Amino acid sequence: MEDIIISTFQRTMVAGTPLLLATTGEVICERSGILNLGVEGVMAMGAVVAFIVTMATGHPWLGVLAALAAGMMFSIIHAFASVTLQANQVVSGLAMTMLGLGLSGMLGKPYVGKPLTIKMEDWVIPYLSDIPYLGKIFFSQGPFFYIAIFLALASWFLLERTRLGIQIRSTGENPKATETQGVNVFKLKYFSIIIGGGFSALAGAHLSISYSKSWIEGMTAGRGWIAIALTIFALWNPGRAIWAAFLFGGIFVVQYLLQPIGISPNFLSMLPYIATLLILLLISLKDPKKLNAPAMLAEPYKRGER
Amino acid sequence: MIRIKTTNRYNITALRSFMTNILSLLAALVVISIIFLIAGVNPIFAIYEIFSGSFGSFYGIKETITKAIPLILIGSGLTLAFRAKFWNIGAEGQMLMGAVFATWTGLTFGEALPSYIIVPMIFLAGFIGGGLWGIIPAILKIKYSINEVISTLMLNYICADFLTMLIVGPWKGKARFGFPGTNNLPDSAILGLIPGSRIHYATLILAFICAVVLAVVIYKTRFGYEARVVGENPEAGKYAGINFLKTTLILMAISGGLAGLAGVGEVAGIHHYLGYPASISSGYGFTAIIVAWLAKLNPLYAVISGLFFAGILVGGDAIQISLGLPAATVEIVNGTLLIFLIMGDYFLNNKITFTFSSSTK
Repeated sequence: MEDIIISTFQRTMVAGTPLLLATTGEVICERSGILNLGVEGVMAMGAVVAFIVTMATGHPWLGVLAALAAGMMFSIIHAFASVTLQANQVVSGLAMTMLGLGLSGMLGKPYVGKPLTIKMEDWVIPYLSDIPYLGKIFFSQGPFFYIAIFLALASWFLLERTRLGIQIRSTGENPKATETQGVNVFKLKYFSIIIGGGFSALAGAHLSISYSKSWIEGMTAGRGWIAIALTIFALWNPGRAIWAAFLFGGIFVVQYLLQPIGISPNFLSMLPYIATLLILLLISLKDPKKLNAPAMLAEPYKRGER
Repeated sequence: MIRIKTTNRYNITALRSFMTNILSLLAALVVISIIFLIAGVNPIFAIYEIFSGSFGSFYGIKETITKAIPLILIGSGLTLAFRAKFWNIGAEGQMLMGAVFATWTGLTFGEALPSYIIVPMIFLAGFIGGGLWGIIPAILKIKYSINEVISTLMLNYICADFLTMLIVGPWKGKARFGFPGTNNLPDSAILGLIPGSRIHYATLILAFICAVVLAVVIYKTRFGYEARVVGENPEAGKYAGINFLKTTLILMAISGGLAGLAGVGEVAGIHHYLGYPASISSGYGFTAIIVAWLAKLNPLYAVISGLFFAGILVGGDAIQISLGLPAATVEIVNGTLLIFLIMGDYFLNNKITFTFSSSTK
């Protein structure tokens, strides 16, 4: 029994990690007023690049770095379309998803079904990992878990406690007023989109080189879209994103727990998507003023208008 | 020193709009060529193969029309939703739900009824199935302000899982010998084909009629006007007393319903039974988004852009075989086309002037 509880929570943390990375990235991006619906595509790009580079070099960390770089570069497309050309952000994001899923499918085709033998060592934290229950759950995880938590906390600090963070947030609330303060709104939006894309790509890297240690087309399985929903659930706050992501990680794990009881696996695989809708429903019962959504989210900003 | 100045363009002619689209497509083609080059494929040959595969032979044209049927139906329905700025990304699920409803109707009543009764019945059932699945995100958006992009997408996944659950479980047919899928629909419920092709003409005619009717609805009726106001100027719409819930419900029932009709066509015209989601729809719901966008949200143009993208799907299949490219190639082509189309809008809406001056000041 003890083993089951520990392994359930351990797997919850693992399943929540990519959600946390992608959600944190989307929070930063949306805080600057840009809706990025391309998360799913960027994630797939990150997954395939990390897998190929790790396979080729034998160094998972090179794979992670390559995924990060690829995700950031790929996101420039969305930045150029939505910031410079003021294009419709919904459609641009959808195009990014199509492009990302397509490119990753093409790049990854020779790698389908090849298992990755290189393993990323777990980071066992001395002393802390000896704590009963908690030690095994929180302090002997793979590196991505710690990176995700660190990036979420760092992003919270960045957004809430630094000058740059205030500038990003005010860009999302009132770009015109921000511009009159001498802040380059375009640059900040580019920065936020690119950072957000990097985080999404890390989420993908986790899926391919740490979580499943293989590549298959469509392996992101809607996690990018769930991350966009979690951004709302987290009320655009990276700190809350931690709870949101691991709650959802739990839902992914519950699927595997209930399967042996004889519940249809197809019904179980619906659960995360149903839960996403339920959670958005729950949030909508809140006072919309307290929702904290960036005022100018998804509104193209035109310089010097009016 | 080059100075770039942009000014708003107010009078946009149809010709300019058309030319911008053409230039965007050409620019996209350049980028696609580069991607082909990197993939080690001669781009000129690949693009030639795509279009000769789809429009260059009698067989190709027949296949292109077959695949255009769902794209025209879904694409024209999406023009209505997108005009109201309701981002329906769930056509894929609405189409599958239409297929589920149609299959149930066909299997339950088909045996006892003649064709001229059961065929309209399955189309009606498909429309209802797709429409109901489309109404859910409309209610969620207007009543609970839930972002429709996310809800429609989640409903896609839910519907695909639901359908799979049916065909591996309670609906699994004896005729499939243990493989997932329902029994075949009775003969009376199966749509006739144009001889020598896979074109189920009933659905094709229906698609044309729907596109024309929708164009009339959008441009000539009060409802169409209200739908456009909901999208373009919701504030004004509130003061004008437009009922947002009602308008959105109706337009999503139509948009989802048309996707449902497409699902009926695929089941009753092509496959004759309900199989795995991926076999019933090869991403028509997503491709139709680009169909609607290229059509400038005009349902009549969706007929042409539907044929165009059907051509890319058919040509994409052709180059998979002849050049050994993966299935994802079509997605790359589509994604690139879409991103260039929306980028092109900038150059349509803004006049850009370059002034060259010798001094650096």
